[in-house]
Amino acid sequence: MKTFGGPVLFLDRGDINTDEIIPAKYLTEITKEDLKPYILEDLKLPGFDAKGPKTRNARVIVSRANFGCGSSREHAPWVFEVNGITAVIAESFARIFRQNMFNCGMAAIELPKSDLDQIMSHAGDEDAVMDINIETGTLTMKGGGQQKSFSFEISPFDRALVLAGGWVDYADRKY
Amino acid sequence: MGKTTAEKIFDAHLVNEPFPGTKVLRLDAVLCHEITTPIAIDDLIRRDKDRVFDPTRIKAVIDHVTPSKDSKTATQAKILRDWARRHNIKDFFDVGANGVCHALFPERGFIRPGYTVIMGDSHTCTHGAFGAFAAGIGTTDLEVGILKGVCAFRQPKTIKFNVNGALPKGVYAKDVILHIIGKIGVNGATDRVMEFHGSTIGEMTMESRMTLCNMAIEAGGTSGICQPDMTTVEYLWPFISGDFASKEAALADYSQWRADADAEYDQTIEIDVTTLQPTVTFGYKPDQVKTVSEMAGTPLDQIYIGSCTNGRIEDLRIAAQILKGRKLAPNVRGILSPATPKIQQEAMHEGLIDIFMEAGFCVTNPTCGACLGMSNGVLAEGEVCASTTNRNFMGRMGKGGMVHLMSPATAAASAIEGKIADPRKYL
Repeated sequence: MKTFGGPVLFLDRGDINTDEIIPAKYLTEITKEDLKPYILEDLKLPGFDAKGPKTRNARVIVSRANFGCGSSREHAPWVFEVNGITAVIAESFARIFRQNMFNCGMAAIELPKSDLDQIMSHAGDEDAVMDINIETGTLTMKGGGQQKSFSFEISPFDRALVLAGGWVDYADRKY
Repeated sequence: MGKTTAEKIFDAHLVNEPFPGTKVLRLDAVLCHEITTPIAIDDLIRRDKDRVFDPTRIKAVIDHVTPSKDSKTATQAKILRDWARRHNIKDFFDVGANGVCHALFPERGFIRPGYTVIMGDSHTCTHGAFGAFAAGIGTTDLEVGILKGVCAFRQPKTIKFNVNGALPKGVYAKDVILHIIGKIGVNGATDRVMEFHGSTIGEMTMESRMTLCNMAIEAGGTSGICQPDMTTVEYLWPFISGDFASKEAALADYSQWRADADAEYDQTIEIDVTTLQPTVTFGYKPDQVKTVSEMAGTPLDQIYIGSCTNGRIEDLRIAAQILKGRKLAPNVRGILSPATPKIQQEAMHEGLIDIFMEAGFCVTNPTCGACLGMSNGVLAEGEVCASTTNRNFMGRMGKGGMVHLMSPATAAASAIEGKIADPRKYL
């Protein structure tokens, strides 16, 4: 199983789409590792630098509603994975992106807006870090000398995929 | 209680329910293209699982960048081509026979009412036009589909759209779906099937129904679905005439997939098309729509007619009707990409290609290229395109480029004027 948690990258906008996560022109790369430099290349957001240390060090992304909308490209979860980001926390996800994350053994976690507002309030904290426990369904946000825990739900199937390390091995055993 | 079309298809294809709310379905068609499939193939080889569940249910095409533009795209094409040969996948479409997947596969009769269809492409929802459950999925789901012929889904809820009335002059399926997306928003149908009913849909051709279902994903929808009827049967007849004694018999069989009158819906939305106007997007999200009157005069650099949304023969006919005897405005360039070789040939025989070329359009081979900024019409920074495609994300057709989505009629009128223009004055 992958590990979840670490420094947080805050992307405070709804409808962040797959073209912003990884532009189509890079879909000709043959390996996941080759995608690494292009993470979030076309995302325009105040204070956000796709090449900056916050992006480079991040292990978790926190965003808003309808994250990952658009294309079915699994290159979106992959570009996160090869950059060490294994969890995205958002108010909601586009269906295909969410399933792609779990299919790769990564986590796409939905939280209500009120919880996200509290988590987003740490966006200015240089030491913002999140701990995520998939098995207990809890995450803890730490930063600026504060700490608060939130509970979340993921479906039993998605949890099984995360624990199995992804859908291919799971499916080949069971079907 | 009755069932929706998607519920009927789920019940008929259920393999098991490994956890409450998750259903694993048997697949009737696994569609593949050269962008999302090669990585799945590589991974299967790496796992020592280079197998396919059934070569007759797998269809593959090179369509996104074709003919290959560089070594990387040539490698992607080669991986797909070698794999298709290795596994005896007969329905593989290479250069010369290839076209945009969501136009080509239906044209070949591969999609039937009641089918379950997946593809590593978000616009797979297009195929719901035939009364199928058709969903875009990622590479891992595709990999499992290729290997095992199954896919896991959450049981989607269904939104019923009652679309009624005669389409006003200059208003087409594209305007209807842009209007609907504008109404419900880009995540208005997330984890939902969009099931289309009503007299407007009943009057639509299969091509128009495909345009409609194509953009279900732009509202977050899992699949668009139209109800199979005699129009569906007529379209499929060349492929199914050996299977049924008559068209009526085919219709009777396909009608089993029509939603029950007492099916339960998550929501029912009424759409009266008689008040609709030609519709154009203005921002970077497909739900940001205005009427053409509000957008008229917006300066343009490029006109693009093509794609899985609007690159079919009726789209070319409508655009050609407006362009006939007219020229592109000097400030714009025009690109036409017929969606399949068959469409291109028909357009040639009907004299449509002449009309486009005399108007000053460049006519390319069938490919997805420009729609997602990969080839054959990429925008430069700051350029604006009037496009019959389905996605207007920032940079979609080229970094720093702006896309206005519209119907082929509105694109043709805009080509003549060199700025966004109302097609109704040319009809």
